[in-house]
Amino acid sequence: MFRFVKRSEVNSRTSTKIRVIAILLALLASGIFILLLSLNPLSVYGSMLKGAFGDPYKFKQTIIKAIPLVITSLGVTIAFKMQFWNIGGEGQMIMGAFCASAVAFKFPSMPKPLLLILMIIGGVIGGGVWSLIPAFFKARWKTNETIVTLMMNYIALKWVTYLQYGPWKDPKAKGFPKIANFEENAVLPKLFGIHLGWVIALAMVVLVYIFINKTKKGYEISVLGESENTAKYAGINVNKTIIIALFISGGLCGVAGMIQASAVSNTLSTEVAGGVGFTAIIVSWLSFLSAPAILLVSILFAALLQGGAFIQIVYGIPNAAALILQAMILFFVLGSEFFVRYKLVVKKELAVEGGRA
Amino acid sequence: MALVISFLAAAVVAGTPLLFATLGEVITERAGNLNLGVEGMMLMGAVAGFSVGLSTKSVILALLAAMAAGAAGALIFAFLTITLRANNVVSGLTLTIFGSGVSTMFGKELVGKVTPDNVKAFFAPVAVTGLSKIPFIGEVFFKQDPFVYLGYVLAILLGIYLYNTKAGLNLRAVGENPAAADAASINITLYKYIHVLLGGALCGLGGAYLSLVYVPAWQENVTAGRGWIAIALVIFSTWSPYKAIFGSYLFGGLDIIGFRLQGTSIHVSQYVFDMLPYLVTIIVLVVVSARKNKKNAPPQGLGVPYFREER
Repeated sequence: MFRFVKRSEVNSRTSTKIRVIAILLALLASGIFILLLSLNPLSVYGSMLKGAFGDPYKFKQTIIKAIPLVITSLGVTIAFKMQFWNIGGEGQMIMGAFCASAVAFKFPSMPKPLLLILMIIGGVIGGGVWSLIPAFFKARWKTNETIVTLMMNYIALKWVTYLQYGPWKDPKAKGFPKIANFEENAVLPKLFGIHLGWVIALAMVVLVYIFINKTKKGYEISVLGESENTAKYAGINVNKTIIIALFISGGLCGVAGMIQASAVSNTLSTEVAGGVGFTAIIVSWLSFLSAPAILLVSILFAALLQGGAFIQIVYGIPNAAALILQAMILFFVLGSEFFVRYKLVVKKELAVEGGRA
Repeated sequence: MALVISFLAAAVVAGTPLLFATLGEVITERAGNLNLGVEGMMLMGAVAGFSVGLSTKSVILALLAAMAAGAAGALIFAFLTITLRANNVVSGLTLTIFGSGVSTMFGKELVGKVTPDNVKAFFAPVAVTGLSKIPFIGEVFFKQDPFVYLGYVLAILLGIYLYNTKAGLNLRAVGENPAAADAASINITLYKYIHVLLGGALCGLGGAYLSLVYVPAWQENVTAGRGWIAIALVIFSTWSPYKAIFGSYLFGGLDIIGFRLQGTSIHVSQYVFDMLPYLVTIIVLVVVSARKNKKNAPPQGLGVPYFREER
C-alpha cells in the first residue's frame, strides 16, 4: 500500500528539482505530439532555439515579443496576488492602446517627448479604467471577476473593430479597413536597436518588485490574497485595496498596449494585443507571482513564440504548436505542485490502515 | 409576426451550442469543479467532430469523436484538479489555451472545407408531428434540426437526474460538502471524474454543433467566446439544467440580433450589436451577485480541491 502525505517542510532544492523534471516531461509529451506530425522532435526544438536566438535580428525579435509580455504579466500578477482573477489583460491592453492612440491622433504635432508621455498616461488610464469596472463590481457585490474581466476583453475588441471599420477608418487606405498610421512623433524611439519599451519593461520589473515586497499597499494586497478575514482583522480597507490594486494591474496592461500600438504596429488595430493578455496569465503563474522570475519566463515564452513562428516557416507546423507547448508546460508544472507539497510514502504495515492519524 | 417567429427560431438554433456547453459546465460545477476550459473543450470537440465527419461521412462517428475530444480535454483537467489537487482556475484557463492550440493546429487543413452533404442532410430541420402544429410555439421550437431536439431532451434528463435520482443527490452532496459525502461513503473521486468527463463530452458536442451544423464549415476559432458565455450562463441559470434552456436561447437571440437588424430601419453598427452578448453577460452577473440569496448560490465546495487527509 502507498499513500500521499503532506511534506512537513518544502525545501527549495526538492521543489526546483521537481519543477525542472516537470518542464522536461512537458517537452517530452509535446515531443510525442510532434512525432504524431511525423517530424523529429529534437530537430524541431533545435530549430525553435535557432529561430529565437540564432542571430542578432532574431534575438531582437524575441526581445520585442518579450516586452509586452513582461509588462502585462506584471500587471496581472498584482491582481493574482490578491486572488483576483484578472483574465482581462487582453482587453486592458486594447483599451490602453485605444486611449494612447486617441492622444496621438488628437495632438499630431506635439513635441515627441511630451506626446509620448501623454500617450503613456493615456495607456494607464485606458487600461486602468477598464479594469476598475470589474474591480468595482467585485468590491461592491463580489461579482465573479473572472468572467467579467473576460467579457470586457470581447467588448474592447469589438469597440476597436467598430472604430477600424467605422469612424476611424483611414480614408486613404482605398477602402481597406485600417486605422491611419501615427505621425512619426508618436512612435517610441529606439535604444540599441530595440524600441524603448525594453527600458520601460525593466523599470517596471524593479518597480513592481519594490511595490509588492517593500510597500505597505503591496503587503496589504498579499494579505488580502491570503485571507480576506485576516485582512479585515488587520484593519485593511478591503474595497479600497481591490480598487487600487486593479487600477495598477490594468494600468500596466494599458502601458503594454500603448507600447505595442506606438512602437510595433504604429497604429491602433484589432491585433494590437494579439493574445499577450492570455499568455501573460501563464507566465505569471509559472513565475510564482515573482517579478524577477516574470522577466526570465517572459523571455523564454517570447522565444517560444518567435521560435514557433520560425518552425512554421521551416516545417510548416502551424503557429498554434507554440500554444500547445505553452499549455503543456503549464499543465506539467501545475501537476508537479502536488509532488512539491506531498510525498509518496510506501506503507510497510497494513495494520496501520484502520487508524488514520 | 413571421419575422418574430423566424427570429426566435433562429435564436433557438444559435442558443443550442450554448445549451450543450452550459449543461456540461452545470454538471461539472455540481461535482464541485470549476472548469474554465469550456471554450477549449468546445474547440477540441468542434475540430474532432468536423474532421471525423468530413473523412468518414458518418454522423454517429463524428458526434462520438466530438464527445471523446471534449472528454479528453476534461480528463486533463480532472487529473490535475481531482487527483493532483491543482488550482481549478489556472488548470481550466490552460485547458482553454491548449484546446484552442489543438483546434487551430489540426484544423489547419480543414479551413474552407464544408460539412459533407449527407451529414448536412441528417441535420436538416424536421417538424415534429403534432407538436409543430401548435401555433407560435410549434413554429419556434418544433421545426428544428435533430441536434436542437437532443438539447431539449438532454436538459430535461439532466434535470431529472440531478433533482430526482439517488445519484443526482449524491452528486449534489459531493459538490456542496465533499467531506460529508465522503463520510456517507460516496466515492468522491469517482463521482467527480465521471461528471467532469461527462461535462467535457457535452462541451465537445456543443463545439461540434457549431462546426458541423451551425456554420457549417471549418472556421478557425469557431466558438468565438461562446464557451465563456456558457460559464456565465451557468451562474445565470443558478446551476439548474432547466433554467439553462431559457438562458441559452436568450443569449442565442442576443448573438444574432445584430446580424438580423441589418437591412432594417434600425441603423446601428453591427459591431456595436456584437458587444451585446458580452455586455448582457456582465449585467446578468452583476444583477445575480447583487441580489444574492441562498437559493442561487454556487455549490459550496466549488473550486476547492478535496483531500481526505486534510478533512
